[in-house]
Amino acid sequence: MSTVTLRDIHKTYVDNEVIKGVNLDIHDREFVVFVGPSGCGKSTLLRMIAGLEDITSGDLLVDGDRMNDVPPDQRGLAMVFQTYALYPHMTVAENMAFSLRLAGVSKERRMERARDVARILQLEPLLDRKPGKLSGGQRQRVAIGRALVRNPKVFLFDEPLSNLDASLRVQMRIELAGLHESLQSTMIYVTHDQIEAMTLADKIVVLQGGIVEQVGSPLELYHHPRNLFVAGFIGSPKMNFLAVQTTGVQDSGTTVRLPGDATITIPVQPRTLMAGDRATLGIRPEHLRIDASNPTLMGEVLVVERLGGETYLYVKVAGGDTFIVQTDGDSRAKVRDRVPVSIDGNLCHLFDGAGQAIPKAERHPLSLTHHPEVPLQTEAPREQTYEQPIQPHEVPRQAE
Amino acid sequence: MTSSIATPTHSPPPARTRSHRSIPARLLVAPSVILLVLWMVVPLAMAIWFAFQRYNLLIPDEREFVGFANFTYILTDPTLWISIGITMVLVVSVLAITIGLGTVLAVLFNQEFFGRGVARVLAISPFFVMPTVSALIWKNMLMHPVNGLFAQITRGLGLGAIDWFADFPLLAIIIIVAWQWLPFALLILLTAIQSLDTDQMEAARMDGASAMQLFRFVVLPHLNRAIAVVAMIETIFFLTIFAEIFVTTGGGPGLATTNLAYYIYLKALLEFDVGGASAGGLIAVVLANVVAIFLMRSVARNLDT
Repeated sequence: MSTVTLRDIHKTYVDNEVIKGVNLDIHDREFVVFVGPSGCGKSTLLRMIAGLEDITSGDLLVDGDRMNDVPPDQRGLAMVFQTYALYPHMTVAENMAFSLRLAGVSKERRMERARDVARILQLEPLLDRKPGKLSGGQRQRVAIGRALVRNPKVFLFDEPLSNLDASLRVQMRIELAGLHESLQSTMIYVTHDQIEAMTLADKIVVLQGGIVEQVGSPLELYHHPRNLFVAGFIGSPKMNFLAVQTTGVQDSGTTVRLPGDATITIPVQPRTLMAGDRATLGIRPEHLRIDASNPTLMGEVLVVERLGGETYLYVKVAGGDTFIVQTDGDSRAKVRDRVPVSIDGNLCHLFDGAGQAIPKAERHPLSLTHHPEVPLQTEAPREQTYEQPIQPHEVPRQAE
Repeated sequence: MTSSIATPTHSPPPARTRSHRSIPARLLVAPSVILLVLWMVVPLAMAIWFAFQRYNLLIPDEREFVGFANFTYILTDPTLWISIGITMVLVVSVLAITIGLGTVLAVLFNQEFFGRGVARVLAISPFFVMPTVSALIWKNMLMHPVNGLFAQITRGLGLGAIDWFADFPLLAIIIIVAWQWLPFALLILLTAIQSLDTDQMEAARMDGASAMQLFRFVVLPHLNRAIAVVAMIETIFFLTIFAEIFVTTGGGPGLATTNLAYYIYLKALLEFDVGGASAGGLIAVVLANVVAIFLMRSVARNLDT
């Protein structure tokens, strides 16, 4: 068992509060990813868990023990740094076994341990080399090995792949997923790359400006973002937003009027929105269709990006907004074409004037996996302030 | 077959262009090279020439070729060996002090503390004082047995005064030179410490390193290269320490502070024995080269990793 619990964690540098009260439960064997734009405090939060930064106020619990004042090496955590932070004058084996050397383990024992770990990471042929003679991917693996040697309760990763080139990053991402699968240990991972977050995480924590915007499984964030920030941050290309006016609120959904006078009914719960309120409609590029039979809006193509498999059209629609539409790779659309854009109300998101999402009437089936027995959020999210993130639906995963 | 045809047709042009280009380039470089070579070669040639002559300025007419007589005379002169020994003591002890203290100070000056900028400037300032002046300051204001600050302090405490240049002449010289060169070591080592990756320190902290272990396993290995460079540069200068000795002890008492440079000076300008001094100079050149080769080897090995 290794759980990490954050209770109202704050961090203040002189007058500058960078972490503004974070509450988080990380369960045993969970792979948790902190994402957010740069400067959101995700690395600071990780370093506070590691013990490299002091906690201004709040409690950090590892396996239920308060760790605020425990030195970093005694928290039972191991960290992998973005820059790898290998000791350049030591060989790979010495690097990996350094913590054991400090702990006074005999040379044979620690070399044996280094070899064991090297076997897991396929580093055996490199054990006698110095880090300077290794490639980026190999260095990254040594850094992971150095963490593995300590047999930690929790692994911390601080943007571990951002110094690698794109193809190596994909490969290391898959290796990390495999490592988590085989080690079955708790991992906390910081990244700004949402693909890493979506593919690796059991649970994503979206941070902005030192507060947690939303916590949830990757697909939960994708299908049920709690607010405009999360909706815009998760998903690539970014979700399209359009200012709309509410025209009718029924139990089955809310009807809104788009700038071009078209109306759409979105199946969301009848909440605080009233007819006549301003609201924001969100729709992902992959959910928009170029469909002449059922056009919701007409627009002019400004830019065409062809990726081969798919094509992104930047379409200027009525009202002056630009939509990104993901369409077929074989699309024949050209710049300055007028295209019909079709919006399916079932795939839309609706946000109130404060940027909070209006909960969908039905949850997406794939976003229920972590908490099947918990019903829809029926309590009003508006009452819960931004600063107090909710984790209403965390059920520990069954131990295999 | 194609390659055998291709090579002769393709190889001449680059060769031609290279020679074509290099002639004016060499011509343009020539003046400075010639000047440098003359600057080095002429004195060296003259030193070698004089080393094989009997040439005393008191009897300048009796110049004659004497073969290796100057060398045998110098090498059998016990003073030479004493001066070489003193040179070595001086070099090694000042190196040890400047690098040892310099490393400690570099670590301290890298910490955040109030007035760090001012403290750094003060710590570095001895290096800007010229050797003769600093030697005079130490001789007359600090170490003087009557007027010196040290004597006044110790006398104030009822401990009596130490006559540094009479009782511990070599130690006094070592202290003066170390005081002058400590800032140099500090400066180089401080910049080296500043280039240390903080992630590495943090990784070591997470691995459980104490402050001393951090220094021993992370900081010191990182400084290796800088220490080697400091040692090399300082050795080159310490082999030829002269002003400090000339100003303070004049090589004495007896031969207690006569190093090789001062010995050569004694030979040439006090005994007017140009031939013997030249021979001594050549021995010094050989000695410096031997030391330099060893240093270069060790430094090069350090720079490699």
